[in-house]
Amino acid sequence: MAPVQIDAPRAPWPAWLCTASLAMWLVGHPPGQAWAQAPLSATTTAPVTAAAPSGVAAPGNGLGPQAAPLSEEPELDARLLMLSEELRCLVCQNESLASSRAELADDLRREVRDLLRQGKSDQAVKDFLVERYGDFVLYRPEVKPLTWLLWFGPFALLIGALVGLWVYLRQRRQQVDTTPALNDDERARVDQWLKD
Amino acid sequence: MKKFLIPLVLFFGLVVFLAMGLQRDPREIPSPLIDKPAPAFSLPTLDPAAGNFSPADMKGRVWLLNVWATWCVACRQEHPLLVAFATRHEVPIVGMSYKEIQPQDVQAQTMDAPAKLQFARERSQVWLSRYGNPYVLSVMDMEGRVGIQYGVYGVPETYVIDKQGVIRFKAVGEVTPDILTSKVLPLIQKLNAS
Repeated sequence: MAPVQIDAPRAPWPAWLCTASLAMWLVGHPPGQAWAQAPLSATTTAPVTAAAPSGVAAPGNGLGPQAAPLSEEPELDARLLMLSEELRCLVCQNESLASSRAELADDLRREVRDLLRQGKSDQAVKDFLVERYGDFVLYRPEVKPLTWLLWFGPFALLIGALVGLWVYLRQRRQQVDTTPALNDDERARVDQWLKD
Repeated sequence: MKKFLIPLVLFFGLVVFLAMGLQRDPREIPSPLIDKPAPAFSLPTLDPAAGNFSPADMKGRVWLLNVWATWCVACRQEHPLLVAFATRHEVPIVGMSYKEIQPQDVQAQTMDAPAKLQFARERSQVWLSRYGNPYVLSVMDMEGRVGIQYGVYGVPETYVIDKQGVIRFKAVGEVTPDILTSKVLPLIQKLNAS
């Protein structure tokens, strides 16, 4: 039996849905339209206060409450994302470590994050994973004697095919050049038919 | 030789290659850890009274490391074989309880680390008393970090480690009677003799 998947991937939240809902929100709230203008259209006679609606507590900068930053270490996270795009998730083999939601991928991302925090280079992180999981974790395998066939095989095949084609065409042309289309006897018969 | 045979031979060559490719299991990833020293660790064991275990404790003996968990279905399938094998006392089998607490264990999510360990020990103990205990001891890899050191990507996994502490064989997935008799047993006999 196949080994048990540590975690089956869950249905991802579709990116287009996020984008679509953001777009719809933007249509409803064009930039530059202040909150204070909303009651103006509703009741033109009522005195309009220029302040923001009382429910929204604006801090000193007047921009309204802000969401907490997604990451406390944005640079580290950017590197983690770049690196994990190039690494394969072992459980769901056709997904990168960045896109996979398997539990093992979570653990490996945590491991990579810790290594980056320790100041390890990208190459050192890759080496760490290759030592444990093999070349298979790399989406772009290193160029070394073992992978020469993988990297250069297709080009060798193409060149071989082109050489074969060239040899074949040359042979055929020589054949056509050396064998006369008709011998004397045949020529005489064709002349005879044409005269008739 | 007749010329029309050339494409035919090429075609059959291709068929042979593709047939070979289809026979292979894409889940079986060759481990780079074969013939490398088993990564060192020190982890608490199932028995709270016993101290931590580390692979260095097994120096001079051939032993098996079996990665398992109570939530793992394939582990339960291979378990009777391990139990039967353990009664032969050929080699000690060390268990590694891998990430016993899973996200679906809602009640355990808010616990602190000692409570989690306690929870995992109790559940593993119940499981072993129900299905039999082939292990001389079982280490608790709660976070799965030692698992990463050993390149674990699916449970169960089984390693054969020699007297010098070098990994000599790794089976990913269930150990079947066939794997045990054709690969593991001959290797153990060879390693024990050396």
